[in-house]
Amino acid sequence: MKKMLKNLKPKRRRLLFLLSGLFILGISLGLALLALNEQVDLFLTPTSLSEKEIETNKRFKLGGLVQKNSIKKLKDGVTTLFIITDNNMSIDAQFKGVLPNLFREGQGVVAEGKLNSKKIFIANKIFAKHDENYLPPEIADAIKKEGQWKGN
Amino acid sequence: MTAEIGQFCMILALIVAATQIIIPQIGASKKDYGLILFGKYAAIIQLFLILAAFLCLMYLYITSDFSVLNVWQNSHSEKPLLYKISGVWGNHEGSLLLWVLILALFGAAVAGFAKNLPPTLVGRVISIQAAIGFGFLILLIFLSNPFARISPTPINGNGLNPLLQDPGLAFHPPFLYLGYVGFSVAFSFAIAALIEGKVDAAWARWVRPWTLAAWCFLTIGISLGSWWAYYELGWGGWWFWDPVENASFMPWLIGTALLHSAIVVEKRDTLKSWTVLLAILAFSFSLLGTFIVRSGILNSVHSFASDPGRGVFILGFLILTIGGSLSLYTWRAPKLKGGGLFAPISREASLVINNLLLMSATATVLLGTLYPLILDAISGEKVSVGPPYYIGTFIPIMTPLVVVMGIAPMISWKRSDLPGVLSRFKACILITIAAGMITLFFTYKGPILAVLGIILSVWLISGSIADFVERIKLFKVSYRDSLMRIINYPRSAIGGTIAHAGVGILIFGITISSAFEIEKIQSVKNGDRVQVGDYIFEFKGTEIFKGPNYDAIRGNFDVYKGKNLIIKMQPENRKFINPEMITTEAAIYPKNLGDLYAVLGEENSNNTFSTRLYYKPMINCLWIGCLLMALGGFVSLSDRKYRIGAPRKKHTVKNKTLGITN
Repeated sequence: MKKMLKNLKPKRRRLLFLLSGLFILGISLGLALLALNEQVDLFLTPTSLSEKEIETNKRFKLGGLVQKNSIKKLKDGVTTLFIITDNNMSIDAQFKGVLPNLFREGQGVVAEGKLNSKKIFIANKIFAKHDENYLPPEIADAIKKEGQWKGN
Repeated sequence: MTAEIGQFCMILALIVAATQIIIPQIGASKKDYGLILFGKYAAIIQLFLILAAFLCLMYLYITSDFSVLNVWQNSHSEKPLLYKISGVWGNHEGSLLLWVLILALFGAAVAGFAKNLPPTLVGRVISIQAAIGFGFLILLIFLSNPFARISPTPINGNGLNPLLQDPGLAFHPPFLYLGYVGFSVAFSFAIAALIEGKVDAAWARWVRPWTLAAWCFLTIGISLGSWWAYYELGWGGWWFWDPVENASFMPWLIGTALLHSAIVVEKRDTLKSWTVLLAILAFSFSLLGTFIVRSGILNSVHSFASDPGRGVFILGFLILTIGGSLSLYTWRAPKLKGGGLFAPISREASLVINNLLLMSATATVLLGTLYPLILDAISGEKVSVGPPYYIGTFIPIMTPLVVVMGIAPMISWKRSDLPGVLSRFKACILITIAAGMITLFFTYKGPILAVLGIILSVWLISGSIADFVERIKLFKVSYRDSLMRIINYPRSAIGGTIAHAGVGILIFGITISSAFEIEKIQSVKNGDRVQVGDYIFEFKGTEIFKGPNYDAIRGNFDVYKGKNLIIKMQPENRKFINPEMITTEAAIYPKNLGDLYAVLGEENSNNTFSTRLYYKPMINCLWIGCLLMALGGFVSLSDRKYRIGAPRKKHTVKNKTLGITN
């Protein structure tokens, strides 16, 4: 192997480097695309969720508003039940953990999780908001599209 | 009045920048050194003018002059002084002014320190620095004026987002900018070299210290941001692969590649056009990062109020700069002559692998960051790319990189033999295998990534130590001689070893803290005890507490190990008044390089609170690793050869024949 390389002309050698470089780049891009295919989460609103068939074990993000008077605590003290709505459709959600400070009724929320067999959304993460007026652009767009957005 | 002086200084700076673009450039092509000298003075005057404007803005913030729109929007008279000052760059206009200030600082530094550079190169570099500054000054003066007045004068300001009122974050933007803007020098040198049509070892020797400095600052800036997220956002994470974080991570990856390829240009006079390309890309990605963060296409704590005019301007500027420099590159780069050849097993080849892998990593981060935007534009489908994607692509790319990193400093230039190199690493290989086996034994059925992480970090740390021991011939010569060798050894080599060990410690910290973290989420009332690993947290109720510009609920936890009380922890929930907002202050207590981490959640009913308690083993290795990386950079920067400036080629060759390489 070493002798073979030594006998190569400089131009050939450079070509070999170039090819091995492309090879590495190709592999990593392939990996990236593969990962993109599997690891990208859909961003859905309750309305778009109702239009789509989502398997029970597929992780996705759900955004909307926390419906007024919908927050309930289970007896364990750390599991919260609530309803995510886009003022058109709504869906029951459940989250075990400490809620972010700005999680409030009537406020925007984005949660990551999966549907269980009873079509309840089991959130494993609720995203912290940075300020009171923040609504994720994806959700603001979606709610605007549904014609229900009253904000600016 | 102060605001008007600041405004006036910015306009003067714009005019100076315009002359600074044209005159030294003409001087360089006509070889008229008087014109180049003019450029040097212009660069220094430019710095003073922008510094004056910046100080004016700072004065307006400190004196809380709310007749200035920017101050009114972002400050408040009751804010602590530190945050009045950091408020200057906690907004779009002020941060742009800081950016321009740092750009001018680097421009003036090149002009001031450039005694050993060919004057024509200096002239061109100064001119290109001014061109970048000109673009940003136009944006500042016409589209984001920090000195605009409002009438009537409001009584008090809106205040700064309380999340940003934090010492870690006060210094995050300046360091990040020192990094971003520092790459502008490498960029200007690259463009100047393309115009001059000459890249040689001397060129690399001038570019490398600037790149190193920028890289160190960027490392510190990113670490500060990450550290802030860890203790301030209150959910124990430190890196979220958020697009804004990625925007700062990409220039860092490219900068790292550039640092390494510049060594090859310096030592072996090859990989020239590739290094020039990296220099262009590093700054282009810094601009892209600024654009992503400032344009508001991504909504986060970083995006300030944005208007479309600015977005269009920044995009135009971006296209002009990146497009222009890359066109110049395709036109001129073929003229750069390639240098020495090297074998597949050689230091050069290992650095080529480093570059390829780092650029692949950059490509995957870029893809993940832009994919949601592209998909949205094409199909309107909303997706988000989260940590699983990045973890899935990063680990396969970083694994070979770390493996090569462990041995590369021992591989000699031009050609080397792998068995010979590996034989010096016998001890490291054995230690690494042993560490892997032990981890596998203890985490049986546990996460396999933990085993991989441990193997990689132990390999890298032991490899760095072996490298160091070999260089100073520890145990082979007397201790006194070894000590002399440490002192006499090129600092750039020692710096590299420290930085590599830092990466190893960083990987160690990431692996252990994520694989063996203990998290307890529980509802507690007065007197409840929660077991977290070896520690017991006893909840002792809450109290109300009044801070300088907020009210807080403070939780009390007594933390026991066995029967010994080791610490009282007091996490808080703060309610700020200006602007109205609630923040979580986690209580963190460092223990054996790990952290005990307590967060007080919402009150459920009759004095029971949700809480989140963690034990994060070895998390502090993360920060230590980052610090070591930056420290390694600074040690390398102090190398004598960068201070004496003038390259002495013959000398290096002589050293090499004596077998001293670095």
